[in-house]
Amino acid sequence: MSKDNKVTPLVEIKDLSIAFGGIKAVDHASVDLYPGEVVAILGHNGAGKSTLIKILSGAYKRDSGTILVDGKEADINNPRDAKKYGIETIYQTLAVADNVDAAANLFLGREVLTNWGTLDDVAMEAQARKVMGRLNPNFQRFKEPVSKLSGGQRQSVAIARAILFNARILIMDEPTAALGPQETEQVGQLIHRLKEDGIGIFLISHDIHDVFDLADRVAVMKNGQMVGYARTKDVTKDEVLGMIILGKCPPAATPGPGASTDF
Amino acid sequence: MSDTTQTTGAAKVENEGAFTRFLRATEIDARLLGMIAALVVIWVGFHLYGKIANGYGAFLTARNLWNLSVQTASIGVMATGMVLIIVTRHIDLSVGSILGFCAMSMAIIQVWILPEFLGLGHPLIWPIAVLCGLLIGCLIGAFHGFLVAYLGIPAFIVTLGGLLVWRGAAFLLARGETISPVDATFAKLGGGPYGSIGSLGSWIVGAIACAALVWLLFNGRTQRRRFKFPLRPMWAEMFLGGTGSAIILGTVLLVNSYPWPIGIVRQYVAANNLQTPAEEIFKSHGFAIPVLILIAVGVAMTFLTTRTRFGRYVFAIGGNPEAAELAGINTRWVTVKIFAIMGTLAGLSAVISSARLNSATNNLGTLDELYVIAAAVIGGTSFAGGIGTIYGAILGALVMQSLQTGMVLIGFDAAIQQMVVGSVLVVAVWIDTIYRRRAK
Repeated sequence: MSKDNKVTPLVEIKDLSIAFGGIKAVDHASVDLYPGEVVAILGHNGAGKSTLIKILSGAYKRDSGTILVDGKEADINNPRDAKKYGIETIYQTLAVADNVDAAANLFLGREVLTNWGTLDDVAMEAQARKVMGRLNPNFQRFKEPVSKLSGGQRQSVAIARAILFNARILIMDEPTAALGPQETEQVGQLIHRLKEDGIGIFLISHDIHDVFDLADRVAVMKNGQMVGYARTKDVTKDEVLGMIILGKCPPAATPGPGASTDF
Repeated sequence: MSDTTQTTGAAKVENEGAFTRFLRATEIDARLLGMIAALVVIWVGFHLYGKIANGYGAFLTARNLWNLSVQTASIGVMATGMVLIIVTRHIDLSVGSILGFCAMSMAIIQVWILPEFLGLGHPLIWPIAVLCGLLIGCLIGAFHGFLVAYLGIPAFIVTLGGLLVWRGAAFLLARGETISPVDATFAKLGGGPYGSIGSLGSWIVGAIACAALVWLLFNGRTQRRRFKFPLRPMWAEMFLGGTGSAIILGTVLLVNSYPWPIGIVRQYVAANNLQTPAEEIFKSHGFAIPVLILIAVGVAMTFLTTRTRFGRYVFAIGGNPEAAELAGINTRWVTVKIFAIMGTLAGLSAVISSARLNSATNNLGTLDELYVIAAAVIGGTSFAGGIGTIYGAILGALVMQSLQTGMVLIGFDAAIQQMVVGSVLVVAVWIDTIYRRRAK
């Protein structure tokens, strides 16, 4: 799973486990991520991808295992802790506050205040316009509650929020599931741009076609365990599909604890 | 990521009626207008009914409207706090009992305890009593909030328990006795001729309010121009400023036209050794102090909800609790603070209610929770969470109190009063549901 060079990984997840009432949602899973790299975490619905990533983003508390950020052990117990380590997450459900406007959402939890300690709406909106202008130049509806926006617009709000605060590790859970082809293309371009900035990205998807071309490596999960890891240039889509469906590791992949030995 | 609604917006403007155009230009909420209309209907309706059925329309008199304003104060203060609670999808059934407990505690402090040390009528008695009352309310509320947020007990259950616990505790505090009279200065906080600011004071308050209104409009316009947001048409600004000032000054005239009762004037004449006979002196009530407290609470709570980080979090949590938590908001701590504010406001209402009665009784505030919740909901606070305004809740309290007062004036049975209030609440929420469905 490790790369050959000596760069410290941005994130290293080791032997992470979590169980919900006897069901091992994540079972001794390990994965790492380097700066400027996109790692796709693939697997069926219920394979444990989202759960794994929610542990990293602080939404769930792990039962065992360690998380290293920049080689140092990170203590992540809630979403605020994760943000301290520069870990930003874009959730499948988008997780925006529906009844406040775009600027309020971008700064939710990290509001800009005036000298009087009150909300500096003007400053926040100005910055929101700048970021949104980069992501989605057509976006103009800054004054409306987010519930009135389209799926793509909500998505751009969610992405803008993640990159606004100089994230170093970005987690995108099914980033294109709710989007049309054109919007998906835009998200693809955005990921390339973020990569160039040296941001490490975890992409979570159950659909290999969504992410195969965007990712440098894939990590495949099945029943809470890691089936294996592979560089996308070493394997074909069909081989990765085999990993997802059967748990069968192709020769070019590094098998993990969940790899099937029946073949 | 195309933006289609932007273009359809322009087409919509052309075929809308004059009234909608008016609402759009002045940016007045249709709901607010609806509530004011309901208020006018209730007021005029009760007045005319009284005139026809009893031969005397008592509702639209300075005396009744002044009393109405005082009666609204206690419920109105608590309703502003209930907005925060309901916006975050909780409920607080215990406010009436907290009020009772705080009132009883304050009465004991100022009547039984403090005179022992400071002497009867000491000027420090009332501020200490009020501070203790607010603090006790705050602690009880924070405790409820802790149970809700950190132990995960539903707010409905926590505060239902609180409803019984604090009522019982209020009884135990003074073994069920009624404590009266309270400190003389404290009693002024409840209104009455001595608890009002008089004619000149009312004009000053009115002038400040008008100046604040004009400043708000002007400031809003400069801000919008600076950031190139669409401006209201000038006539709309004029209309808002003019109507607002007219309402403020009209209210001042109204409260100033309600004179002190002759008995009180005689006392006043005797106390000040005046030569003029009492019959020739016209002393205005002016604004009652509890009404000023309500206005101050309304302004402070509006500021809190719209201009501070805390207020932003309250509405974000109400709109999508999961998203708020994932955004890194400490939702539990915010919940504790919300309940603590509610408790503090219940303590403040306890000051108003017990001062008004000049005594603390064991059943003070009974059923207040229902009126408070009704006021918030009638004022447009949505049980689905995330939506609600402070001014709406205060207007809602005024609507509830108007109904109550009106029915008393025309002599309805207490039984019928309860039935009407209950039905109005259900109908108001039904209308609200329809309104929201159409607004989508």
